[in-house]
Amino acid sequence: MKRLMHFAMSLLIIALPSSSFSAGGGGEPIVIVADTRWTSGISHWWATLYNESHLYFTIVTCIIIPVVGVIFGVITDFIMAHIGIDLTKRGHGGH
Amino acid sequence: MDWLYVHMPIAGVDIFWPGLIILGIGVGIIGGFFGMGGAWMVTPGLNILGFPMAFAIGTDIAHMAGKSLVSTMRHGKFGNVDYKLGVIMIIGTVGGFEVGAQMIMWLERLGSVDKVVRYIYLVLLAFIAWLVFYDVHKKKKKEEEARRLGRDPEEAVGVEWHKTLHKIKIPPMVHLNVAGIYCSAWLPIAVSFFTGWLAGILGIGGGLIRMPSLVYLLGCPTHVAVGTDLFEVMISGLYGAASYTYKGRTELVAAIIMLIGASMGAQVGAVATKYIHGYGIRIVFGWAVLGCALSIVFKLIGAQVPAYKTLLDNASTVLVLGLVAAMSLYIFVRMVIGAREEIAAKKQGRAH
Repeated sequence: MKRLMHFAMSLLIIALPSSSFSAGGGGEPIVIVADTRWTSGISHWWATLYNESHLYFTIVTCIIIPVVGVIFGVITDFIMAHIGIDLTKRGHGGH
Repeated sequence: MDWLYVHMPIAGVDIFWPGLIILGIGVGIIGGFFGMGGAWMVTPGLNILGFPMAFAIGTDIAHMAGKSLVSTMRHGKFGNVDYKLGVIMIIGTVGGFEVGAQMIMWLERLGSVDKVVRYIYLVLLAFIAWLVFYDVHKKKKKEEEARRLGRDPEEAVGVEWHKTLHKIKIPPMVHLNVAGIYCSAWLPIAVSFFTGWLAGILGIGGGLIRMPSLVYLLGCPTHVAVGTDLFEVMISGLYGAASYTYKGRTELVAAIIMLIGASMGAQVGAVATKYIHGYGIRIVFGWAVLGCALSIVFKLIGAQVPAYKTLLDNASTVLVLGLVAAMSLYIFVRMVIGAREEIAAKKQGRAH
């Protein structure tokens, strides 16, 4: 176990500088700013959130995307079940 | 006609929103049916609608996360997702992807990385297309032989490479109940590492490679390969959405509009697997791979012959979008026919 730990530590020490070298060298990343002059309502709030904090923007995005997907997925499920399609069984699939 | 355009607050462009919904429905159907994200179809589509390339990729990945979640849920209800296999594969996929990405950075320092990547991609796609059609051809031959010998032709299977790989008995051994496989745990890890590595090198989600690998190397039934692959796409899509959004390259308004169409299309595609049997899915998949390969050939020739570059680039985009339209229409029509037959059979059953 001790040997394994030593191996893992040395691997980390060797790997870290090489990975930082490979990631570097590209200069400063381009910063995009949303133009809020032509927006209003939700769109304005959205663009402002983007400009103020990419972290909050990411959190809100990661919540909204699955929720919207599930809402419209469930609506489609409801429509297909209403038509009469059996959504509980796969049927014969073959290999 | 201003109402047909919506202003994208971050990318700063006006986009034709019905185009986003139509594109979403198309790739949703194809993604739910084949078990892939479909970045190779969406990115040129978004680019045509007017998105800058960086936003096209981020927006595509964001909508992919929501779409694959919906189709994974549907496939899960059909019993098409082997969650145990999916979780085991995440280990290999992440490791392989990281190694592939590091290799690309190394290749970048050596120069001409784009060309190398495109050639690898092309060879790989040509191989997958060959494998699919060779498999179909072999199955047909075996069916004919079974008929001659008076056996059940339905039992004939084409390529069976997985049988050789299942003979490797390195512990720990795992039972993958949904897929109906008993093999060494190292097999799915190795396969996912390999497909993750390729995806990392090629800069794609990996569904195009993972789905046939699950079928031909692991021996999953086609439906389970589709469902399990979507589970992987969902996880990588969520990670990719978070990563791209944090870098400020996601246009959420567009992703939501696309997702409205894609989540509905994904359900249609997933339900269509009820009516199109295993080998039917493989054949359509083979055509999708061929189309993708041809679009890359156009781009490669365009890079070699600058005089025809614009023409060939446009031809490549038209080919990809034409393929999306044709395949999604085919899957939709087959689903409608299958559903009608199912409903008619139900009504007949009630009448008796």
